[in-house]
Amino acid sequence: MAAVQGGMSDADIETDIKTEPSTDGFGNNNANDGRVLSASPGSGSSTGSNKQTAAVTPEDQQTLLAVLQFLKKNKLIESVEILRREAGLPENSLDPKATESAGAGSGGAAGIVDLEGGDVSSLLSRVTGSSSAGAQAPTKAVAEDQPDVRVVLSAYSQQGDPTLYEVYYSDLKKFIETVLDCHRAELSQVFYPLFVHMYLELVYNNHESEAKAFFEKFSGDQECYYEEDLRVLSGLTKKEHMRGNETLLDFRTSKFVLRISRDSYQLLKRHLQERQNNQIWNIIQEHLYIDIFDGMPRSKSQIDAMSGSLAGEAKREANKTKVYYGLLKEPEIELPLDDEDEEAENEEGKPKKKKPKKDSMGSKSKKQDPNAPSQNRIPLPELKDSDKLDKIMYMKEATKRIRLGSDNLPSVCFYTFLNAYQGLTAVDFTDDSSLIAGGFADSTVRVWSVTPKKLRKVKSAADLNLIDKESDDVLERIMDEKTASESKIMYGHSGPVYGISFSPDRNYLLSSSEDGTVRLWSLLTFTCLVAYKGHNYPVWDTQFSPYGYYFVSGGHDRVARLWATDHYQPLRIFSGHLADITCTRFHPNSNYVATGSSDRTIRVWDVLSGNCVRIFTGHKGPIHSLAFSPNGKFLASGATDGRVLLWDIGHGLMMGELKGHTDTIYSLRFSRDGEILASGSMDNTVRLWDVMKAFDDLETDDFTAATGHIHLQDNSQELLLGTYTTKSTPVIHLHFTRRNLLLAAGAFNP
Amino acid sequence: MADREERRFAEVSRESVRLMAEGAGVELGDDVAALLAEDVCYRLREATQSSSQFMRHAKRRKLTVEDFNRALRWSNVEAICGYGAQDALPFRSVKEGELFFVEDRDVNLVELALATNIPKGCAETMVRVNVSYLDGKGNLEPQGTVPTAVQSLSDDLLKYYQQITRAILGEDPHLMKVALLDLQSNSKIAALLPYFVYVISGVKSVSHDLEQLNRLMHMVKSLVQNPYLYLGSYVRSLVSSVMYCILEPLAASINPLNDHWTLRDYAALLLSHIFWTHGDLVSGLYHQIVLSLQKVLSDPVRPLCSHYGAVVGLHALGWKAVERVLFPHLPAYWANLQAVLDDYSVSNAQVKADGHKVYGAILVAVERLLKMKALSLSQSAEGHSGAHPGSVVGAASYRVNSPGLSPPPEPLSEAALGIASHLQVGGAGCHWEEWTPVPLPAMYCELYSFFGDSLAVRFSTGPGFGTHSPCTPSQLSNSRKEPPGPASNLDTTRKMPQLTANLNISPRQDGSPRTDPPPPSLSGTGSVRAVPRASSMQRSKSSSSCSRQRSAGLSREVFPKARFTSPQTTPPAFSFLIGGRQMGQRCQGRRPFQTMFATTPPVSAVPPRTYAHKLPVIGRVGKPVRRWTCSHYSLHLPL
Repeated sequence: MAAVQGGMSDADIETDIKTEPSTDGFGNNNANDGRVLSASPGSGSSTGSNKQTAAVTPEDQQTLLAVLQFLKKNKLIESVEILRREAGLPENSLDPKATESAGAGSGGAAGIVDLEGGDVSSLLSRVTGSSSAGAQAPTKAVAEDQPDVRVVLSAYSQQGDPTLYEVYYSDLKKFIETVLDCHRAELSQVFYPLFVHMYLELVYNNHESEAKAFFEKFSGDQECYYEEDLRVLSGLTKKEHMRGNETLLDFRTSKFVLRISRDSYQLLKRHLQERQNNQIWNIIQEHLYIDIFDGMPRSKSQIDAMSGSLAGEAKREANKTKVYYGLLKEPEIELPLDDEDEEAENEEGKPKKKKPKKDSMGSKSKKQDPNAPSQNRIPLPELKDSDKLDKIMYMKEATKRIRLGSDNLPSVCFYTFLNAYQGLTAVDFTDDSSLIAGGFADSTVRVWSVTPKKLRKVKSAADLNLIDKESDDVLERIMDEKTASESKIMYGHSGPVYGISFSPDRNYLLSSSEDGTVRLWSLLTFTCLVAYKGHNYPVWDTQFSPYGYYFVSGGHDRVARLWATDHYQPLRIFSGHLADITCTRFHPNSNYVATGSSDRTIRVWDVLSGNCVRIFTGHKGPIHSLAFSPNGKFLASGATDGRVLLWDIGHGLMMGELKGHTDTIYSLRFSRDGEILASGSMDNTVRLWDVMKAFDDLETDDFTAATGHIHLQDNSQELLLGTYTTKSTPVIHLHFTRRNLLLAAGAFNP
Repeated sequence: MADREERRFAEVSRESVRLMAEGAGVELGDDVAALLAEDVCYRLREATQSSSQFMRHAKRRKLTVEDFNRALRWSNVEAICGYGAQDALPFRSVKEGELFFVEDRDVNLVELALATNIPKGCAETMVRVNVSYLDGKGNLEPQGTVPTAVQSLSDDLLKYYQQITRAILGEDPHLMKVALLDLQSNSKIAALLPYFVYVISGVKSVSHDLEQLNRLMHMVKSLVQNPYLYLGSYVRSLVSSVMYCILEPLAASINPLNDHWTLRDYAALLLSHIFWTHGDLVSGLYHQIVLSLQKVLSDPVRPLCSHYGAVVGLHALGWKAVERVLFPHLPAYWANLQAVLDDYSVSNAQVKADGHKVYGAILVAVERLLKMKALSLSQSAEGHSGAHPGSVVGAASYRVNSPGLSPPPEPLSEAALGIASHLQVGGAGCHWEEWTPVPLPAMYCELYSFFGDSLAVRFSTGPGFGTHSPCTPSQLSNSRKEPPGPASNLDTTRKMPQLTANLNISPRQDGSPRTDPPPPSLSGTGSVRAVPRASSMQRSKSSSSCSRQRSAGLSREVFPKARFTSPQTTPPAFSFLIGGRQMGQRCQGRRPFQTMFATTPPVSAVPPRTYAHKLPVIGRVGKPVRRWTCSHYSLHLPL
């Protein structure tokens, strides 16, 4: 990291080190470690000690220091003692650094508090309920809120002559315009963050007219993908308004990250030092993080591909952690033969015993994927008999699967919601495509059966007593035939239902709503079982783990939470996004979680440690859909900018850009064998993309892989296999059946 | 990016702020107002920005008031109520004050709360699936399964339309059934609706062909029952086609062998179905229907089959319509009908048969009316029930005893007001505006006087009504204590004696303003004599707004015999009066028939008994008489 910061002073290095863990490792400390994994189903206790050992890394030590400092500040002396004793820290380890970082106002602990404080005093400023168990740290931060915001803002108080700002800026602009072409593109990156910070400084120091003039003059120079932020900025002309403006606080609390080659950086530095342009130099030092790399400067298109997020690009270090993206070994299940009919013809009671068929899938699952996490890295629920049956069904279906490709496109079935009155907000299919659920703006959750099999409730307790429990068809007998209907409505939420997800075993349904709760519904009784409270703000999305039991939710409070269905408190809190978390997805191996956010970044989190292991930047608008490829290697993301981006999780690289949609992409789905990616959008189309070709075509060598400077081809048109339009129905959900039939869903919108 | 468009924001001027402050009673300085204005602008922008994320997550393109309110609520600001309506708010300006405001009319909550035509709930959300693309190729079916009427016809639809119409109007009954079934359940034919409605409106051109008319009516039924169709204003067109089948003297009905009665019954059934399921689509539909039915009923020129249609139609619209229209009309109409029924000439046989049809229809309608009314009364007003016998008795005593001496009893008109209150709205230019509900007992007495025991038999099966009809001396005494009603009540109370009088006098006496002298026999008794006056008074009053009644009275081709019956009936009238005195109320119903016996012996050798039994037969499911064979069930309207 020291190399990165080049010629910066030592103090800078130190603060950088501290900010790093505080933002990324925050969730780690926050979630109660001991509780998390021992709470897992079955035999989870063996992994319980995993966490403790992991906590001794230098990063974590820094975090511990920060926490200690925080506790001390709040006069929680006993807690300090306990923590110190348990962590084995020396008595005096804290003091000198603590004072220093507190004075700087951007230290590790302050970083945390700022983040939460920014949240709390944001537009949706609502005092966080102290009862919310998951948000212990945030609630404490409330008390700290006001002073810290002031600290943050006061960084702007050192000011120069307001009239000179324009001169400084245009001077730099002139300089950058005159440098060599290869450097110009890289150096142009500093324009936007500089512009914003200078503008905010002017506003903060009450130079309203100068700020306006400054904005008028230079806002046009900024990249078009910052338009949204500029609009927010332009509304902000008063110092009073700066307080509680989340965009501003995001900007201030997180350093804007730029990646610049060493040559370009030297150029810039020399120029600023020559000109004695301290104003700008100060800003660069204080508010920007310049990630310097050795090698060729990047081209304009390379830069554009990666920029656009609220806080610049991801640091290279952020994507270096190893990610076990491989799939878990499938449990061995005796696979009955396909020719079931023949078997049925044999005499009853004498089922032929044959060896399980060794098809390609079976043999593959035998071998452990080198990239896969260990089988019990995350404790998973044991398979029940019904799950095994379902697996068998799945495999049977899989043998009948149609192999898709560029010359063999899937058929599309469209499920149209009629009479939804613009109220359909979320849709999900079960994996076997037997049920469809819709979340509605009127707070209801509705479930339909899309097969002739009707939905039935379980009989009442009194009736259940009468049933012969020993009979083979007891599962059939418990159902109340009188309640059979095509659809069921479930009431419980008190706000629009934004996210919905079926459990893999089809017994449960999750829904997340504006009312701040995630609810778990039973699909046997069609009643609400649990309301998970923790997000105190709208919960935008939720999803079950592919193995059930766990689920993830994310919402307006900028944190994603990992829950287990039998715990009313979250097991993990993933914190680090700078704006709302708009969508959440589980990795197929259930060890990772991906979240997309309004800050235009995608983060991948490790479920085990709670750390952020990947940050993907490149989208120019809030991300509204994510999809993991079935093999776990790739991630696709869609945003309001109408583009689909493809990511290699293992290397942390952008793999492709799919342009074509003209409106927000609300749904992405890989075909069952990962050949084709389907995207559904507000522009009333479903598009199919040849992702295999996209992955194959990408030229990667060691250098690009190491630096992440992929040169993307603009070959969206070649990759686009088909565009299927609906009449007037935005596509908000896509699903591939087990045989690779594409199901799409949306509400007809006359 | 160089020339970005100018920033455009909603600005709240400082003047506005100052005005609003004044409205709240605060005086603001200039600088304060300016600061506030700027802050307001900023907060507005902020709220707008955060409201847009609610829109995005609801996967909509349109920002709603609800979204904005959510943003406000989350930022601890009270939500703004009252702007959730779908319709655009008219923004108006006042020139003089340079004032702009959103027009905000008063809503009459009482009217809204008491409105009986509750709008039909929104259609249920449902999921429909269609295979859009097979193997990634070709659009098999246009997606978007609820096409609007604006949509132009595709070839498929056109083909469908041709097949369906051909099947329905064609020869093959099986094919027709299939087509109707499809029409009833197809969700994609909204675009064809106007075409089908047009086909149905062709009823007028096939009025000679009962079969075709029937098929068209079935088509209506299928369209009405199709849950995916929004009929909208096409309801009106459909209703007019149905009404045509109910009311018009169809060309097919010239041949008495044609069973047009069934068609009318079916159409009436359909009418009620349309009304109850889609009546809210067109405002005032009910009144229009009732009006046209009433018009037909009160038009003596119309053939009896039209009258039959009107009665059946009213019956189908519910007992309130019967009470409202048929019942007040009955006295007038009865006379005409009576005349037809009384005519035993051979040439009149057909008309007479029709008359019996009408008689049966009326009987069924009023019986239902009585039952429903009794039911509603017994349900609605347990507390009021004590007063009912009193009024009955009062009315009865008034009639039985000398009319001038006892104070006019108060009819309990308000008891029935609530039930039919929505009928009183609208209906311009007809005399139901001055209609006041008749109390049940009075109604029963009156109807009984028409139908006699054929009515009573059914009525006795009605819930808890036995106590109402008989009049006992004890109740008589009660009636005296009742306070005298307002002057207008006189009319209503006198109605009853008037009706009994109508019965025994010739048809022309009451139904028309003809200036025949009253039959001599009437002058004999004071009570009866007083009554015609009252009746004519009331009738002229009620018909004053309705000029057609007067003119219609002049030509009565339908009742050609009626003119001649009047002189003949004078002696029977006398016998009636005697009968009335001897037997009291109970046997009044028989009197018309008894009078007939007196007159008819020379005409035919029909034994009186058999005839007396025939009438009840008509209305019921009994042995079919003559050629109404097929339609003996026709009056059975399962509503």
